[in-house]
Amino acid sequence: MTAIASRREFLASSGLVIGLALPIGRGAAAATPVTPFAPNAFVRIAADNTVTVVIKHVEFGQGPATGLTTIVADELDADWAQMRIAFAPANDPLYKNLMFGTMGTGGSTAIANSWMQLRNAGAAARTMLVAAAAKRWNVPAAEVKVSKGVVSHGRNKASFGELAADAALLPVPEKPVLKTPDQFTLIGKDVPKIDSVAKSNGTAIFTMDVSRPGMVNATILHPPAFGGTVKSVDKQAALAVPGVVAVEAIRSGVVVYAKDSFAAMRGRAALKVEWDLAKAETRSGEELIKTYKAAAVTPGKQAEAKGDAAAALAGAAKTIEATYVFPFLAHAPMEPMDAVIELGKGKADVWMGSQFQVGDMRAMAAALGIPFEGMTLHEQYAGGSFGRRATPDMDFATEAALAAKAYPQAPVKFVWTRENDIRGGRYRPLVVHQLKGGIDAKGDIIGWDQVVAAQSFFANTPMAAMGIKDGIDDSIVEGAAKSSYAWPNYRIGCHVMENGVPTLWWRSVGNTHTAYAVETFLDELLALGGKDAVKGRIALMKEDRAKGVLTRVAELADWGRKPKDGHAFGVAMHKSFGSYVAQIAEVSKGADGLPKVHKVWVAVDCGVAVNPNVIRAQMEGGIGYGLGHALYAELVLGEGGRIAQGNFDTYRSLRIGEMPEIEVAIIKSNENPTGVGEPGLPPLAPAVANAWRALTGKAVRRLPFAHGENA
Amino acid sequence: MATEFLLNGTTTSFDGDPDTPLLWVLRDHLKLTGTKYGCGIAQCGACTVHLDGKNRRSCVTPVGTIAGRKVTTIEGVAGKTAEAVKSAWVAIDVPQCGFCQSGQVMSAIGLLSAKPKPTDDDIDHGMAGNLCRCATYVRIRQAIHDAASTLEKTA
Repeated sequence: MTAIASRREFLASSGLVIGLALPIGRGAAAATPVTPFAPNAFVRIAADNTVTVVIKHVEFGQGPATGLTTIVADELDADWAQMRIAFAPANDPLYKNLMFGTMGTGGSTAIANSWMQLRNAGAAARTMLVAAAAKRWNVPAAEVKVSKGVVSHGRNKASFGELAADAALLPVPEKPVLKTPDQFTLIGKDVPKIDSVAKSNGTAIFTMDVSRPGMVNATILHPPAFGGTVKSVDKQAALAVPGVVAVEAIRSGVVVYAKDSFAAMRGRAALKVEWDLAKAETRSGEELIKTYKAAAVTPGKQAEAKGDAAAALAGAAKTIEATYVFPFLAHAPMEPMDAVIELGKGKADVWMGSQFQVGDMRAMAAALGIPFEGMTLHEQYAGGSFGRRATPDMDFATEAALAAKAYPQAPVKFVWTRENDIRGGRYRPLVVHQLKGGIDAKGDIIGWDQVVAAQSFFANTPMAAMGIKDGIDDSIVEGAAKSSYAWPNYRIGCHVMENGVPTLWWRSVGNTHTAYAVETFLDELLALGGKDAVKGRIALMKEDRAKGVLTRVAELADWGRKPKDGHAFGVAMHKSFGSYVAQIAEVSKGADGLPKVHKVWVAVDCGVAVNPNVIRAQMEGGIGYGLGHALYAELVLGEGGRIAQGNFDTYRSLRIGEMPEIEVAIIKSNENPTGVGEPGLPPLAPAVANAWRALTGKAVRRLPFAHGENA
Repeated sequence: MATEFLLNGTTTSFDGDPDTPLLWVLRDHLKLTGTKYGCGIAQCGACTVHLDGKNRRSCVTPVGTIAGRKVTTIEGVAGKTAEAVKSAWVAIDVPQCGFCQSGQVMSAIGLLSAKPKPTDDDIDHGMAGNLCRCATYVRIRQAIHDAASTLEKTA
């Protein structure tokens, strides 16, 4: 799309009346900018000298609002203090993720897909401001300078705001000149995060904080097993709770509407519902694991292969075989799923932290029976997601819309309880890996056979054709297939399993389990062959960037030194979403008998480091999220397919005393930037497991570590 | 019968069900939304407020039990310790998604009010009730130490 075309579309877009301009920096005052200068869909410069960047991605903690603003500000040569953000409306032509073809945030793509788009957007605006100044001062544009938001030529000086009205009259350059990396002033620096002030003093507004006149609070009771439906509801007891105004059955459960959240929750507790569980998934987790294990010892569909793994293994001097089991996991973002919906005639206003903005609005429009054009999304900060706020079938958006439709008298704030969240499905799938590896007499790995059995979360959704090809779902085997290692003979097999538990991508998707299986099994094979865990890996690696992070982390942690008494080190490296991350963990045995992780050293190569501070934060966050789940978390399907856990008392999360110290090295690079929201997670659990095996001799092949089988 | 309490320095009255948790009185009735719901069973700490100056999980505190007492929320918390904590939080960009951070900040202020120079163990103990699913714990620890240093220097 040309800049001119995008500008026309931008100005014509009725959705883009954004009253939200959030102050950034430290102590910057809030302001609502007037907008005389909007050269494209992303940049708006107001007479008051604020520059607002329209953010097309949801901000749920991974820092895109800061990163995307940094890219524009740098090409503009703006002053960081004048930058503001506004969240984009649901509009694919203007704001689609260039890697998805629709608006969406995921796969650690926010910076990667926006990089050139926003550099061009910022550079175009800068070119026009310079041209406006040159015209005003009657000097050659080439002699006009821009620095920290000031346009100058000799003694002439003007702010962006002073030039905005003139610049708006000029043609938009189609191919503005971009900076070379040595000219970057903000990219690569620890620019303060845009949202830190509001998120430290309680003023940041999330969906749950939105209030509309006359609004009711609603929550839902879901069936006790996946696939169940409502047979009948006795509403009387719930309606008798003071404050409850209505009870309505919708497709996915029974919704209670009340004057406040407490009454809604009390009403929910009082509900008497008869469920139809005839089609529900009633098998227990252990039954499912048995069927997965039986599948995984058969070859499955071949996802990738080289040489003859079977022959190599048959002729190997030594072999190891192992079965790995990974549990269902919930995302459990701090802010449970929620939306505020206000219906009008043929239209609806929606406040939510949507991760698939257009998909959610289309699903809601369909559920409400109104045209997509009638939907207005007011995108909010979201309190975490880890993948949960995006689903191929837009489950939550549909449910929230149906809840609003069933009570059209008033705006509805529809909020899941934590129990809805933990028991609500859309889990990281249950996965079984079956591995066989062999070494020759010199200790070199000569054969590798890995079969993965898991559900496909694309099955039976609009994304099925894209996600499952020839019986293989790449997201099941990613990280095992296309791994960083050059095995001479290998085969990766895939079984797409079926059961009634709804599953979903979860921070780093297939890499959550493939990295663990590959990196722990490899560690055992290297040890069996008498190889050093770092040098042995490097000898097998195909890519320089993979070798680079492993070499760097080994330097950082001083790999090879003797650990303290009772401590051990473990290493792992994994590439995901185009970024390379190596980690070394220092582990001892904690008082609870589980690994106590003291420190994690990290080396990351994610191309150009747009904001090193955000990259470090994401490595820290990925490690903490990965560690908490690896140590403690699992959702157990008990008798009759009921989920045993329900809240943070039983679905245990990492706490501050369990968080390791973290030291991060970022590899210098001029490669196009890739993501950091997910890639910090995959190497953590295997690095800890490898240290644990070095310490105790025990290979942990069933997660979490706290699972009884590992005792 | 209405419940009266002192909220951020102002006498406030709630005439609904006295069993209503303080959390929902603050959020739904008084529109003070800085205090968050995360679990409803005192497991996550997102709802932390100060009751007579001490950390309290508002999600399990029936409003009827706090008649005549002093409640401070993230919107009203002030003073040297509060300012030191909030500044330390911003200075090293602690928040990621931010949803738990009001509770974290309130707990940290409560901790520093009781222990002006906390050790790592004190922090592990004092902040154990506050979950952060983004795992911003490294920075929470650092920010608490930074705030303590600031307070020591200005004491």
